[in-house]
Amino acid sequence: MPGKLKVKIVAGRHLPVMDRASDLTDAFVEVKFGNTTFKTDVYPKSLNPQWNSEWFKFEVDDEELQDEPLQITVLDHDTYSANDAIGKVYIDIDPLLYSEAATVISGWFPIYDTIHGIRGEINVVVKVDLFNDLNRFRQSSCGVKFFCTTSIPKCYRAVIIHGFVEELVVNEDPEYQWIDRIRTPRASNEARQRLISLMSGELQRKIGLKVLEMRGNAVVGYLQCFDLEGESGLVVRAIGTACTLDKLSNTSAFLPACNSPSKEMKEIPFNEDPNPNTYSSGPSTPLKNQTYSFSPSKSYSRQSSSSDTDLSLTPKTAPSPQGPRIFLFPSSPTLSCDSPHLKKSCLLLSGSSIKPLHSSHVSPVVLRKSVSFTEELLLAASGMGSGSAGKEGGPFKTLLRQQTQSALEQRGGSPHRFCRRREFPFFTLTTFPPGFLVHVGGVVSARSVKLLDRIHNPAFVGIMGNTRSYKLLDWNSFNSDEPETRDAWWAEIRQEIKSHAKALGCHAVVGYSESTSICEEVCILSASGTAAVLNPRFLQDGTMEGCLEQRLSWQPGFFSIGSEKGEVDFFPQSQDSSSLLGIEEASPPGCGFCHIPYDELNMPFPAHLTYCYNCRKQKVPDVLFTTIDLPVEAIVVGKGCLIQARLCRLKKKAQAEANATSISNLLPFMEYEVHTQLMNKLKLRGMNALFGLRIQITVGENMLMGLASATGVYLAALPTPGGIQIAGKTPNDGTYEQHISHMQKKINDTIAKNKELYEINPPELPEEIIGSPIPEPRQRSRLLRSQSESSDEVTELDLSHGKKDAFVLEIDDTDAMEDVHSLLTDVPPPSGFYSCNTEIMPGINNWTPEIQMFTAVRVSRLSNINPTNQTLNKNFNDLCENLLKSLYFKLRSMVPCCLCHVNFTVALPEDELVQIAVTAVAITYDKNQALQANKAPTEKSQQRASTDNEEQLQFPLELCSDPLSAQPFSPAKEVLEGASSHSGIPAAQRDRCNSWIELIKLKAQTIRRGSIKTTTSLEKASPLAEGYLRHRSVPSCTNSTVSVVKMTPLSFLPGAKITKYLGIINMFFIRETTSLREEGGVSGFLHAFIAEVFAMVRAHVAALGGNAVVSYIMKQCVFMENPNKNQAQCLINVSGDAVIFVRESELEMLPVQPSTAAPQPTSSAGDVTT
Amino acid sequence: MSGDTEDTGETLGTRGDIWGHCGDIWGHRAAPAAGMSSDLDVFVGNTTLIDEEVYRLWLDGHSVAEAVARRLRGGVLEREGTSVAVLQSDTRDHYRTFQMLERLLHVPPRLLQQLLFQIPPERQALLVQRYYAFDEALARELLGKKLSKGTKKELDEVSARTGVGIRSCRRQFDNFKRVFKAVEELRGPLAENIQQLFLLPPPLARDYAAIVFFANSRFETGKRRLQFLSFADFAACAQSMMGHWSQGALAPEAAEPDGDLPKSFLQDLKELKVLVTDKDLLDQHKSLVCSALRGKISVYNELEASFKALSRALVNVGGKLTHARDVRDFFVDLVEKVIEPCRSDKWSPGDLRLFLTHYTAAPRNLPGFRHQALWERYMAAITACLLRMYHD
Repeated sequence: MPGKLKVKIVAGRHLPVMDRASDLTDAFVEVKFGNTTFKTDVYPKSLNPQWNSEWFKFEVDDEELQDEPLQITVLDHDTYSANDAIGKVYIDIDPLLYSEAATVISGWFPIYDTIHGIRGEINVVVKVDLFNDLNRFRQSSCGVKFFCTTSIPKCYRAVIIHGFVEELVVNEDPEYQWIDRIRTPRASNEARQRLISLMSGELQRKIGLKVLEMRGNAVVGYLQCFDLEGESGLVVRAIGTACTLDKLSNTSAFLPACNSPSKEMKEIPFNEDPNPNTYSSGPSTPLKNQTYSFSPSKSYSRQSSSSDTDLSLTPKTAPSPQGPRIFLFPSSPTLSCDSPHLKKSCLLLSGSSIKPLHSSHVSPVVLRKSVSFTEELLLAASGMGSGSAGKEGGPFKTLLRQQTQSALEQRGGSPHRFCRRREFPFFTLTTFPPGFLVHVGGVVSARSVKLLDRIHNPAFVGIMGNTRSYKLLDWNSFNSDEPETRDAWWAEIRQEIKSHAKALGCHAVVGYSESTSICEEVCILSASGTAAVLNPRFLQDGTMEGCLEQRLSWQPGFFSIGSEKGEVDFFPQSQDSSSLLGIEEASPPGCGFCHIPYDELNMPFPAHLTYCYNCRKQKVPDVLFTTIDLPVEAIVVGKGCLIQARLCRLKKKAQAEANATSISNLLPFMEYEVHTQLMNKLKLRGMNALFGLRIQITVGENMLMGLASATGVYLAALPTPGGIQIAGKTPNDGTYEQHISHMQKKINDTIAKNKELYEINPPELPEEIIGSPIPEPRQRSRLLRSQSESSDEVTELDLSHGKKDAFVLEIDDTDAMEDVHSLLTDVPPPSGFYSCNTEIMPGINNWTPEIQMFTAVRVSRLSNINPTNQTLNKNFNDLCENLLKSLYFKLRSMVPCCLCHVNFTVALPEDELVQIAVTAVAITYDKNQALQANKAPTEKSQQRASTDNEEQLQFPLELCSDPLSAQPFSPAKEVLEGASSHSGIPAAQRDRCNSWIELIKLKAQTIRRGSIKTTTSLEKASPLAEGYLRHRSVPSCTNSTVSVVKMTPLSFLPGAKITKYLGIINMFFIRETTSLREEGGVSGFLHAFIAEVFAMVRAHVAALGGNAVVSYIMKQCVFMENPNKNQAQCLINVSGDAVIFVRESELEMLPVQPSTAAPQPTSSAGDVTT
Repeated sequence: MSGDTEDTGETLGTRGDIWGHCGDIWGHRAAPAAGMSSDLDVFVGNTTLIDEEVYRLWLDGHSVAEAVARRLRGGVLEREGTSVAVLQSDTRDHYRTFQMLERLLHVPPRLLQQLLFQIPPERQALLVQRYYAFDEALARELLGKKLSKGTKKELDEVSARTGVGIRSCRRQFDNFKRVFKAVEELRGPLAENIQQLFLLPPPLARDYAAIVFFANSRFETGKRRLQFLSFADFAACAQSMMGHWSQGALAPEAAEPDGDLPKSFLQDLKELKVLVTDKDLLDQHKSLVCSALRGKISVYNELEASFKALSRALVNVGGKLTHARDVRDFFVDLVEKVIEPCRSDKWSPGDLRLFLTHYTAAPRNLPGFRHQALWERYMAAITACLLRMYHD
C-alpha cells in the first residue's frame, strides 16, 4: 500500500572545485527513488550552493519503501561535456517507517564518492507519509522494529520472545558481471553499493514478514552478513530473534528495563494471539515426557518465608553424598526415555562434518576418526559440544525430526502453523531478562565446508545471461532453487547445533550466531551458540492461562519423579494468586544457570561434576564455556579478562574438492587445539568460566587460522580451578627434569600473579556452612597435579580420564614445549587496563561517561620462507599481542579504563597476508569510587533485594511448578546468609524493607545516586556483591552534552539512559583508489576510509535526531590491494542502533517519581504504552 | 619489525614529499628478517585521538623516524612499558591523522564544521592554535619581506640562521602567506578579521596582524642597525601604528583595510613639516619643551643641543610616509636619527618618555599651529614605537 516519500534538498557546503578555470562548481542534485528521478536547478559558481528546492514527492508502495534506498547524487553541470558526478548519499528510510522511531531525517550528509571519498556535504530533509495498510497478504512489513542490540532494548520490555528468524537473498555480484569490464570502477562500485542496499532492504522486509507471521513486532539481535562469493554470487543473510516488545513509557529509574518483563509478564493483555487454546495439553503430555527439553525449569521455586529456613538448612544436614545426587537430578527418567537419540547425538558430537560435495549429492563423509577423540578430549574439559553431528542418513534424521518436536514446539499447539518457526529454538540474544535463563549447558558449534562453484543453477545463469538485470526481485522468483540451496546449507548446520544442544540436555540455543569464511571457491560455514534451558514463561506466545494450564498438566508426572526429594520439593501451588499479584520468580540466585542441565548418569561427555559451590544442591561442571554475556545475576569473584586462543595451520594448496577435504580434515584438530589453548589460558588465570566465546576459523590459500576470544571469569558457583602441571616424557634425564620444574615454577608463579591481578580470592567456605558433600580439602587445595576438584578418587585414578585432563601438559616434543612457552607469552594488560569481549567487565561497575570506540586494522605479511605451524603460530600470536599492546598504548590517557567488547576479526586476503581488524570501546572507570562509596550501597540494596524477595513471597506460589525446579530458592538465601554473617548486617536491617516495592525503590534510588555512603560496611570481597556490582551503577557525570555522536559496540552508554531507539543503521561502503601511493599508501587509504565510514554513520544518526549508535559492529572489512598498479579497494559493512540518550546527571533533575509514585512500578499496566 | 630502518627521512617537505617518502616505508618490500611485517596498520577512533607531544613533533617537521627517536629519548618506553614497534605504529597513526587534518587546518572554520573527524571543541582550538603558533625568530626574519615564492626559496638560509627546521619554516611561511591573502582585501580591523577567519586567540591574531601589516607596507627590518629589535618590538610598533593611524582607529566601519595606512592621513602629515621648516615655530617649540623639562631630566644639556635635529627627524619621518620607498626606511630613520643619538647621549628611557610627552604637548601653545589633532595622532604612534624600541 502506498506511502508518500518527500525529499527536500536544502544546501551544500565545502563542495570540491570541479571547474579548474573558475575554481568553482556549478552543482545540481538528482534525487532518485525506485525508478523516479527529480532534479534541482543548477546553482552556478559556488562551493556552497543553496538550492532550497521544492519538496520532491515520490508515491510508492511500502514494499518499495522498505527495499529501496533514497539515492541523492550531486553533480557538476557542464554545458559542453557530460555532467561530472561529485558524489552520492544513500539514505535508508526504514527508520521513518515505524511510528516510534524518527519522524524526519534532516541534516548534513557527507557526499561520498567511491573513488574520492567524502567530497563536501549536503543538507537534506526527508519525510514519509505512510497510509495504514490492512492488507493481510501484503508483502511489506513496515512497522517491525529492528535492533542490532542482543538484549531487550533498554526502553522496551519483552512481552514475548518468539524465537529465531532467518532469511537470505542471493544475487549475482555486479563486480563479476561481464559489463564490469567495460564500465568505470566508479560505476561498478555504485552498482554494488546500490544492489547490496536493495538486498538488505529486501532481506529486512522478508524477515519482518516472518515476524508478523509470528505475531511479533520486533527483531532483536538482528545480525546481517554478506558473503562475497565472487563468481558464484553475493549472499546477504540475516538472523535475529523475533519478539513482541512493548515500549516503556517510563523506564522506571535506572532499573534496567530488561528487569521488567519478568515482573510484568502477567499483566500483559495477550491480545496478540487470538488462539488461546493452542495449548491443549492433553495429547502432548507423553511426548513431553520424552523430551527433556521440557524440563527447562530447574528454576527457582518460590518458598514461603516460613519454610525457607528449613530449605537453606537442608543441604547442611544432608548426611550423605548420595541423597542429594538422587533428588537433584530428577530429570534422569525423562532423559532416559529418549536416550536412543540422545546417545546417538552424543556420540556424534564431533569436530566437524565435511561436505566437500554438493549437498544434493549423497551423504557426506563423516569424520569418524576425529570424532572419537574430539568429543572425549574437548568436551571433557570444556563442556563444549562442537562440530557437527555427522549425517547418519535416514533413520537418524527422522529421529532428529522427532526431537524437533520438542516441548517448545509442542506448546505451539498447532504444529502446522508454527512448525517452521519452531524448527530452531535459537536466540541471537546474549543478555536476558533475569529468570529467563535457567541452565546453561555449554557451547555448541558446528562447521561445514562447502564448495561454492557447484551452486550455480543452470536456470540462474541462463536468465541472468539474457537480461543482465541487477534487480533481484525480477529474477528471484524464477530462481527459487538458488536461495534454497543456501537455505539448505544453513538448515543443516542449524540442525546439528540443535542436536548438540539436545545432547547437553538443553532445548534451546542462546547467544547464537553464524558466520562464513570464504577463500576462492571454498566456504566454511560456522554456527555457534550456547545450549541452554530457558524459562518457558517468556517464550510462549499464548495467553498465560494456556501456559499455566500446561504447566499444571506437566506436574503430575514430574511430581512422581521428583518425589524422592521429599517434602522439600512439594510446595503448594497457587499459580493463580501469584500470577494475579504479578509477583514473578525472583531472579535466580546467581548460580542456577551454572547447574548442569544434562543428566549426570548419562552425560554427553565425560566431565568432572561437583556440587555447586554456591548452593551446594545442584551439580555444576568444573568449567563453563558460553557464547553469551555474563548473566546479570551471576556471582563472580574478582575481575574478568580477555582470553584468546590463536592458531595457524598450514594447508597444501589444492583445488576444489581436494581442498575442501583437506580443510575438513584440519578443522577438528584446530578446534581441539583452540579449546586446549583456551582451557590452559583459563587455568593460567585461575578462572573457571568463559563468556562471550567466539571462535573464528578463517580459511586462506595455504593455511587456516583459528582465533577464539572470550572473557574469562571466576564464577563463585564453580569449583576453584586447579593449576597446570607439566609432565615430561623422559623422566631419567636430570637436566630435563630441572627444566621441567623450572617451567612448572614459572607457570605457578604466573597463576599466582594473575590471581592477584584479577583479584581472585574466592572466600573459603567453612565446612559447616557448606554442609554438603564436597571433596576433601586435600583435593581442593591446589596441588601441582592440577585437577578439577570435584572428582572422587576413582575418577582421578581412571587412566582414560587422566589422559583427557587438559591441565596436564605433556612435553613430549619440541612442539609441546613451544606451546607451553606460548602460554606464557601472553602479557597481562598494563596496570590500569582491563579488557574483555563481553558487554560489561565483571568486577567493574563504576563506569564514568567517557568512552572511546575505535577500529584498528592490521595487515601483516608472513615472510617466512619455510613456514611451519610453530613459526606461524608464533607470528600470529605476536601479531595479536602487539596489536593489543598498541591499543593499550594508544589509550593510555584514559587509564583507568577497560576495553570492552573487544572484537577481533581475522582474514587471509592473500597468500601471505593476515588481516586483523579490531573494534572495541574503551570505557573509563572511577577507581576510588569502586572500592568505597559505590560498592556499599549497591551491595546492600542488592542484598536487601534478594532477601526481601524471599520474604515477600509469602505465598508459596511458585508456579514454575516444574518439580525439576525443585531446587528450592534457598541458594541465594544461603549465600546471603553467608555474606551477611560475614558482613555482620543485623537481621533487623535486612528485614526493614518488608516489601519488594520498597526494595525496588530503594534500589533505584541507590543506584541513581550512585555514590551514597551507607552506614553498613560490608566485607569487600563478598562474592555476591561482586556479582551484582557489575551491573553498571552510575557515577554522577559532569559532561554536558556536546553535539557529538557517540558510538559504542555495547548496548548501553555508561552514565546515560537511552530514551529512544531511532532505527537500525546498516551501511555498506566501497572505496577504491587508483592512486594508492598518493593517498598515503595502504594505511593512509584505509585510515581515511574508516574515518569516512564513521563520519557517515554519525551523520546519519544525527540526521535521525540521535546522539549515539549502540551495538555498533563492523561486520566486514574486505581490503584488497594491487601495489603494482597503485590500486586498492576496500569494502566495509557496519551496523548498529541509532538512539537518543540522556545523561543521567541531567535526568537526576527529574523527580524520583517514576519509581516511587507508582505502587508497583514494574507491574502496573500504566507503564505500558504502545 | 618492519622496514622502518629506511625511515631516515630528513626532509619531509610538502604533503607530496611526506607521502612519497612514507610510501617507501609502507611499501611492499619484504622485511629481511623472518616473521611478520606490518604492511598496513591503522587505528581510528570515533573521537580523534590527538597526542600533543606527537603533534608538536609533527609541527616541528620531524619525520616519523625522528619523532620516534625523540619520543624514545623522552622516556615513553620506560613509562609505559611498551615497545619501539608500538611507538612507531602510534606515531604513524598520529602523523596520518595530522596529515588529513592539515587541509582543514588551513581553513579553521571548516575544522569546526567538518564531519570527518570528531574532535571536542577545546581540542580543535588547541589544534588550530598550535598550528598557527610561530617561532618569533622566524617571524622576525620575515618581517617586512614580501611573502612570495622568492622569499620561500630563501627559507633554507632562514632555517639555518634561526635553527627552526626547514619544514616547520615552510609551514609557518605558508601560514603567514595564507593569513595575508585571506585578509588582504578585507575591510575593518586587521586583528579582528584574522581572529574571525582563523579562529585564533586574540594575542596570536594581533601578532598575525602585525605580520600582515609589515608585509603590506614592506618596512625594512633587516638592516644591521635594526638587529637589536625583536619581533615583539616590531609587533608592538605595528599595533601602535595601526591603532593610532589607520582609519579603523577613527571610524570602525572604514572603507580601507587596516593593513594600508590611509592615504589622506599620510598626505596630511606633510602639513606638519611646518614645525621644522618654520624657524619661529621651531624655536618656540624648543623653548616650550626646554622650559618644561628643565631640571626634570638628567640630559637637559644634551637635549638643548640636539633638540632641533631630533625634531627634524621626528617630523620628517612622517612626511616621507607618502612615498613607498621612504616608507621602507621608517624604522631605520627612527633608529638612526632618534634612538641612536639619544642612546649616545645616554638618555634614560624615562628621559625619552618625558621629552616625548612634552614634545607632543607643546605645539598646543604654539601660536599659528593648526594641526594639533593630526600632530597628536601622529605622535601617539611615534611615541609608542620609540619607547618600545628604546632599549639595547
